[in-house]
Amino acid sequence: MYPVTTAHYLLLSAILLTIGTVGVLTRRNILVILMSIELILNAVNINLVAFSNYLQEVSGQVFVIFVITDAAAEAAVALGILIALFRNKETVHADEVDILRW
Amino acid sequence: MLLDSVLFYLFAILILVSSILMITRRNVVYAAVWLINALIGTAGLFLLQAAEFLAGVQVIVYIGGITVLYLFVIMLVPLREEMLQRRFASQGWIAVICSTLLLVLVSVFLFRGAGSFEFGEPPTPPPLSQITTNSEQVGQALFSRYLLPFEMASILLLVAIIGAIVMSKARGAPGTSISSMDN
Repeated sequence: MYPVTTAHYLLLSAILLTIGTVGVLTRRNILVILMSIELILNAVNINLVAFSNYLQEVSGQVFVIFVITDAAAEAAVALGILIALFRNKETVHADEVDILRW
Repeated sequence: MLLDSVLFYLFAILILVSSILMITRRNVVYAAVWLINALIGTAGLFLLQAAEFLAGVQVIVYIGGITVLYLFVIMLVPLREEMLQRRFASQGWIAVICSTLLLVLVSVFLFRGAGSFEFGEPPTPPPLSQITTNSEQVGQALFSRYLLPFEMASILLLVAIIGAIVMSKARGAPGTSISSMDN
């Protein structure tokens, strides 16, 4: 348990990934699903920064900047889609969007 | 070293408790606030790993930009009816079991280790004369070696802005037409 090594950060990242995955698969509200995806991206960020510090290499942190940029772009587009969906169907629940189901 | 460990466990407990509370809240605004909590814990972990520029970027961009954007869209959804709905999908327990299996698999591989790196060694900082600030290191790498991904990220943001505006733009008043397809 003590001292804290890189393995602790990687295990924390794995647990956070699992919590985010459970959130994506379990909740009905699309907004909570999107926020759980942000949790998964944060788990990846923790992983990258831990390795960047362990290997004394700055490339991991540059990757984190690109992940944060990508998360911002994806949040904007996903929320735009959600607004368009809400304007047409008046629901934000993932299992009520079933017009194309057989 | 002891302070590093104590701070790591504090931030780790903050992140895990906030994220578990985030995915189980009935009130979506509370879920967004717990997400902000988890992101603050992540920024603290970045500070512990000597990445202070990334901690600042995390707080300013992620918390101050992305979660505020989520809160704007959450405010568009009526909250009272939303709190009366069912929270979890019908196959919730299968998802929890499969995700726990995924976590067990990842942990097994983590602790067995691949042969290429070894765990259990604390990171070695560079000698005192060669320490440059984190912002300087990230800036030097971002504008020399990763210049092409940097420019592509700016094009990605432009495309995302155009897409979000086009998709969420309201239609014109009845009688007028915004798009030429209505003629």
